[in-house]
Amino acid sequence: MREISGGQITDAVERLCIQANQFLPEDVRKAVRNCRDCEDWETARGVLDKIIDNFEIAEKEQVPICQDTGMACVFLEIGQDVHITGGDLTEAVNEGVRRGYEKGYLRKSVVKDPVRRGNTGDNTPAMIYTEIVPGEQIRITVAPKGFGSENMSAIRMFKPSAGLEGIKDFILETVENAGPNPCPPMVVGVGIGGTFDKAALLAKKALIRPIDSENPDPFYADLEKEMLEKINRLGIGPQGFGGKTTAIGLNIETMPTHIAGMPCAINISCHVTRHQTEVI
Amino acid sequence: MEKHITLPLTEELARSLHCGETVYLTGTVYTSRDAGHKRMCETLARGEALPFDPSDATIYYVGPTPAKPGQVIGSAGPTTSGRMDAYAPAMMKAGARGMIGKGARLPEVVDAMKKYAGVYFGAIGGAGALLAKCIKKSELIAYEDLGAEALRKLYVEEFPVVVIIDSRGNNLYENGRAAYLAAKKTD
Repeated sequence: MREISGGQITDAVERLCIQANQFLPEDVRKAVRNCRDCEDWETARGVLDKIIDNFEIAEKEQVPICQDTGMACVFLEIGQDVHITGGDLTEAVNEGVRRGYEKGYLRKSVVKDPVRRGNTGDNTPAMIYTEIVPGEQIRITVAPKGFGSENMSAIRMFKPSAGLEGIKDFILETVENAGPNPCPPMVVGVGIGGTFDKAALLAKKALIRPIDSENPDPFYADLEKEMLEKINRLGIGPQGFGGKTTAIGLNIETMPTHIAGMPCAINISCHVTRHQTEVI
Repeated sequence: MEKHITLPLTEELARSLHCGETVYLTGTVYTSRDAGHKRMCETLARGEALPFDPSDATIYYVGPTPAKPGQVIGSAGPTTSGRMDAYAPAMMKAGARGMIGKGARLPEVVDAMKKYAGVYFGAIGGAGALLAKCIKKSELIAYEDLGAEALRKLYVEEFPVVVIIDSRGNNLYENGRAAYLAAKKTD
């Protein structure tokens, strides 16, 4: 049994909120640069150049890459041999978000009630996802999620007879509906299987997996490649001004599901797909 | 084609702009997004005056991050304009002519743009650090309680935008994509 204090968790979350909003992950930078080099439409190249300038400025000047510094999605993989001391885990995470968003000059974008609104003023509560795993460490990932792209996400409960074609059509339909709204080039996270809620979580997790990696199952790795190519033939292009680069990455995560169903969720993200991880 | 224009956006100026043109804006723009628009439209419905003179005004749909010490403003890129579609026709009726944002607009908004000679500009979504560099002054003028959604008066210099929908209703999201796909077909 290893003891980890709530204070250590708070400190890590604070750091990760700031870092994630200022430094774009290397896999995303690489993908934007590669797409810039492969782009065959002049307007689109111009937009991609500005997107590259922007993340370079953000890093150099330590300012947020995007003004939508998101809801703080915090993933905690907690080793089963860890004992958390010194108070409530949820409060430890929220305190980290509170401090990170204040010290990092990040925007407070959370309202306390979905219908009656009213800004909470400190970007809490965080969206917290916990998982108990073997070991005696805690792995914390903070993924700030902007809502321009979140709003273009979709979920559908397919009949199994819809098959692979149903999933493919749904992916293209969702990207088509999103059009210029989610600040393309996008990153597309696809979750297939589980239950209604698990499919959505898989889609969100797909956005955290590096976009230069592939699904370990060759069937889904091929599907990732095929769908990214198909999306990049739609012509939406960077910012929707037309061009090849509509998406810079597409990841698929799956899990077993019920004999009667085939849930599929698509979580849309933008070219500012952010996440930073620390292990305590 | 590139144009450099000085705001306010008069009717003559608005009508001279065409879909697809890159325009560098210099002058005053007002910031507002969801909650601010809701409040302004309630104000207009009561027959009261807005916190700023809307005549020929340009509204930037943005909720910036807080300014760090020494900065004029934090990161300040556009938010999705479609959420302001419910309010944009009323704002144009009140005199506001320019809108800066990103993403698709409803036909009702385009109809109002044709009627009132409105222009919808797109700034690069997700490029908030870069765009903030063109903002030279920022002053909070109303709705401070809304935090990031408060109304601000900005002075911008050579602020880069693209005309997405012009006052005749031509739309870059349709034309730009069609031109690209047509060029690919003939490749």
